[in-house]
Amino acid sequence: MTIEARFKIKRHDFTLDVELSIPDHGVTAIYGDSGCGKTTLLRAIAGLEYSQDAYLRVGHSLWQDGAFFIPPEKRSLGYVFQEASLFAHLNVRRNLEYGLKRVPQNDCKVSLERAIDLLGISHLLERSTEQLSGGERQRVAIARALATSPRILLMDEPLSALDLKRKQEIMPYLESLHDELKIPVLYVSHAPGEVARLADHLILLEDGKLKASGELDNMLTRLDLPLAHGDKAAALIHATVAGHDNEFNLTYLDFPGGRFSVAHKDLPVNHKVRLRVIARDVSLTLEHQSHTSILNIFPATVEEMTPEGTAQVMVRLLIQGVPLLARITRKSASILALEPGKQVFAQVKSVALLS
Amino acid sequence: MLTDSDLTALLITLKLAALTTLILLLIGTPLAWWLARSRWRFKFLIEAVIALPLVLPPTVLGFYLLIALGPNGPIGGLMQSLGGQPLAFTFTGLVIGSVFYSMPFVVQPLQSAFNAIGNRPMEVAATLGASPLDRFFSVAVPLARPGFLTASVLGFAHTIGEFGVVLMIGGNIPGQTQVLSIAIYDHVEILEYSQAHWLSGGLLILSFLMLISVYALNRRFSLVSP
Repeated sequence: MTIEARFKIKRHDFTLDVELSIPDHGVTAIYGDSGCGKTTLLRAIAGLEYSQDAYLRVGHSLWQDGAFFIPPEKRSLGYVFQEASLFAHLNVRRNLEYGLKRVPQNDCKVSLERAIDLLGISHLLERSTEQLSGGERQRVAIARALATSPRILLMDEPLSALDLKRKQEIMPYLESLHDELKIPVLYVSHAPGEVARLADHLILLEDGKLKASGELDNMLTRLDLPLAHGDKAAALIHATVAGHDNEFNLTYLDFPGGRFSVAHKDLPVNHKVRLRVIARDVSLTLEHQSHTSILNIFPATVEEMTPEGTAQVMVRLLIQGVPLLARITRKSASILALEPGKQVFAQVKSVALLS
Repeated sequence: MLTDSDLTALLITLKLAALTTLILLLIGTPLAWWLARSRWRFKFLIEAVIALPLVLPPTVLGFYLLIALGPNGPIGGLMQSLGGQPLAFTFTGLVIGSVFYSMPFVVQPLQSAFNAIGNRPMEVAATLGASPLDRFFSVAVPLARPGFLTASVLGFAHTIGEFGVVLMIGGNIPGQTQVLSIAIYDHVEILEYSQAHWLSGGLLILSFLMLISVYALNRRFSLVSP
């Protein structure tokens, strides 16, 4: 069960021409520079942009095929716009109920109470929309979209209109949506940080065309894609809390390739976390160093390498199948005689916990 | 004080203004919505036609309406061939004239109110399952409330104040087509200044009160909803 989409949409200075398959579960980020067609793609999926040359099937239901077109109000979807766009003439509760009243009652799988609960807005219900902060407005908008029990949730850069503080306030709610919701979420973003925290899959657009798509951890480390280059290039590792060391105040995080030791985090055992390992924080050795201050050392295989500027090389490693990036100097690569297939040890200087 | 014929003129005036405003809201709302949404290339032609009464001397408008509504005119002739009366010098004729004359005062505030809403709330409503008609009534109309208030009061007040058009197509038949503004004119003509004072003063205060309430209410709306 997937979402199959093909759109060719011509606007005066821009053409979106994509054909893609979107997983029917988890959060799929639609990522790319501004003007690449992310929002147009999302709007086309919602039925807000019309073109004859299009095909869209969500699971078993056909939403669009050439001249056959189901209008947005008949598509089971939730849409969260960049600005919250709450109805100014209705208070928070009636905003939430607007969509709820308009869907067949037996389609209601996510109850209004649950949406209110998930977004933490129960104390705001009787307020007018004027009395809400930017972050609260966006949370109400998300709950309003969820209250219709949509088949799919579409979010168009829901954080971009908010300042850093508001972003941080709303992020935990988005993460809990990711964990709790059973429906697929399409999340348009041009912020790598948001994508790394929220997404499972990534669709990369460039100039109105599909550049690549796939699992997020793989996409972030694919050397043929721009994401795996530059100062912010980083690998994403899914790990679970394995335990805590009380003597040295450390937390152990297990992933399929081994165990990370990080400074103590107050998290329960078995809690799932996302780790971000920046490429420039990873160094390589041929032998396992025991006299080093670095705790996190893993045996790895060089899979692929490409030049990064004139002096550096970006190396993609696999630790038991888990991809990792290391950015080292060209000179070091030469001294170590690195080449695809070579066994090395990856020394990870620092790890960031994303959630 | 007011004579019986003055009171009749007042009633006719209020009836005319109320009926005109009602008709204008009914046809002006879809028209304004269309003008606010349409991307038709020649939309400006329609806008110019609607705005004509703002610049034309009322007598010009009244003259053409008189011809159109009279027994030899297209509309009056049609009425007659259908077994009815020509519309010139009737109350119905007055209503038709007033609808044209006050049209821009209703359509323009509505159009700018609809413009100000923009497309976004309508798109939000669509994604929440509202059909086009549903979202028009549940989103566009409530959000355009200040525009409706302005349109109603301006349409009403402007109809009360009309003179030239009424004189041309309604004549001055007491009890049928004599409205307040013409009654005042008649009083002045025969030097009944105290009568003219009563009516003019009353009209002045009424108009002023209506405008005050529009501006005050719109200020409150704009404080409540941005």
